[in-house]
Amino acid sequence: MIEIGLGHYLSLGAIIFFLGVIGIFLNRKNVIVILMSIELILLAVNINLISFSIFSGDIIGQIFTMLILTVAAAEAAIGLAIIVVYYRNRGSIRVEDIHGMKG
Amino acid sequence: MIAHSIFFYFFSVIAIFSSLMVITSRSTINSVFFLILDFISVGCLFIMVGAEFLGMILLIVYVGAVAVLFLFVVMMLNVAEQKQSWFIGRKSTHIPTGLVVSVLILLELLVVVGGWKFKEDIMSSSTLILSDISNTHQLGLVMYTDYILYFQLAGIVLLLAMIGAILLTFRQREGVKKQSYINQVTRSPLTAVELVEVKSNQGVKIDD
Repeated sequence: MIEIGLGHYLSLGAIIFFLGVIGIFLNRKNVIVILMSIELILLAVNINLISFSIFSGDIIGQIFTMLILTVAAAEAAIGLAIIVVYYRNRGSIRVEDIHGMKG
Repeated sequence: MIAHSIFFYFFSVIAIFSSLMVITSRSTINSVFFLILDFISVGCLFIMVGAEFLGMILLIVYVGAVAVLFLFVVMMLNVAEQKQSWFIGRKSTHIPTGLVVSVLILLELLVVVGGWKFKEDIMSSSTLILSDISNTHQLGLVMYTDYILYFQLAGIVLLLAMIGAILLTFRQREGVKKQSYINQVTRSPLTAVELVEVKSNQGVKIDD
């Protein structure tokens, strides 16, 4: 309990991942919160990669973390641009109002 | 060691609390603020565990750019009056399914973490951490040599994201005066300049 090992960091990553997934499912508000939940999930993945990298003495995990950060930043920029365009066209970004592809 | 564990529990409790607040808080702007708090506390954890460069990247790039981008978008769109309404009414049938799936994911991850044994003398694949150079130095030594292709690809991904974001949000407004470069450049001297004979004591009438 006192000795902080790899398992503690992995548990923290698991809990944050879980909160991100539950944020995607439970969200009834707007799409921006879904994007933030995706950011939480990517953060949890980064915690896992960095703790494995540190505790096993291999630097490559941190390089992959950097690539994940890059992709997450690109994804946030594109997603927010899509949300802005959608809001401009429809006037609402509520999750319930986005059903144009329901068929 | 005791200080390490105290700081670990401090930052991780803040991180878990703030990520809980991200998904449950009432207004979107509060969610963004708690997301910033989450990034900061996880960045402090990274610095504490020994990955200083990525911790600082998380603080600078994420808090400084991505979270502020979220903040801009939330302020730009009018989402303030959209009240939170989850759990209340509506035939939202996917909430129980989502809860079950999420709890199962958490349980699976914790089972894996709990049953996982860390091998004592594990060999790292190619790059051992040399203790006499700093974390940033190590990253640079590996990233700019063995992983240069991935580094360039990350740059291309960022470039494409920038082009895509500009292209998506660009729109042509009506009623705005703009320069027409093609008309300016292709103008000929014959139409641009007019030579007139000015008679004495009569002047010349321009602008007609």
